[in-house]
Amino acid sequence: MYHTLLFFHLLSAFIAFITVVMFGAYVLGAPMGKVGFRIADVSWSVSGAGLLIFGVWLALYVDSYRIWDGWILGALALFVAASAFGAWAHKGVRESFDGSREMSMSRIATWQWLRTLAVLGILALMIWKPGA
Amino acid sequence: MTLLAVVRPDAWNLPLYIHVLGAMVMVGSLVLAASYLFAAARGGSLEATNAGFRSLLYAALPAFIVMRAGAEWIADKEGVKNSNVTWVGLGYMASDVGALLIIIATVASWLALRRARRDGSGTGRGATVAAWLVAVLIALYVVAIWAMATKPT
Repeated sequence: MYHTLLFFHLLSAFIAFITVVMFGAYVLGAPMGKVGFRIADVSWSVSGAGLLIFGVWLALYVDSYRIWDGWILGALALFVAASAFGAWAHKGVRESFDGSREMSMSRIATWQWLRTLAVLGILALMIWKPGA
Repeated sequence: MTLLAVVRPDAWNLPLYIHVLGAMVMVGSLVLAASYLFAAARGGSLEATNAGFRSLLYAALPAFIVMRAGAEWIADKEGVKNSNVTWVGLGYMASDVGALLIIIATVASWLALRRARRDGSGTGRGATVAAWLVAVLIALYVVAIWAMATKPT
């Protein structure tokens, strides 16, 4: 059971990186079509659901983890931040498709790199588990 | 509430971080490349072929090297480098076969790009071959993720 939960939690994290890489490539100058945008968008939603469901399940399943452990709460806070940064980046890219672009490319890039940093932070917390 | 967490030595954390980060960026880059290459295979677009080739060359390949270097480092720390354990074998198999497929897909997409630039009339079969190789790679790495997470013996 533990390994199954861990697999789906880890798989969700890999799916999150699809969004991080696709938006990262876009802000570095790679083209992004509507299909690519949709893949990146859906990936973030799927991974978010998977990370929360299987992450919380793992925290409840493993005896020595508590949902209020600092590293788990920190990861949850960073995930909320990453989602907020991602939502701003998403808005900027969507506007560029609609032709109603109000956000500059540098602003989109800023939101995207902030999201990337937050995701890297989550990964560090998941591996080092400070205080666990 | 049935399991105590497995605590690993602190010295394993950095190599594990590098290994997992490289693997995650590599899989993300492969999906990015697949999105471009399938579009190139369908429409013969020069821009999509170019982006697919660059995704493989500048993102997937370097990320593979980081993943593999991290794998060697963590395997050395854990003392499983020459182990016959199934999950270690699966990991090395996925890595070795994956390296070969990434290189072939990169070459195929480069050939498709060269043809599209020369003829201006599509990418030939190169983009299709590269796209399907990348799809196989993604499936292979899902199996590798399963093996690394569940550690079958």
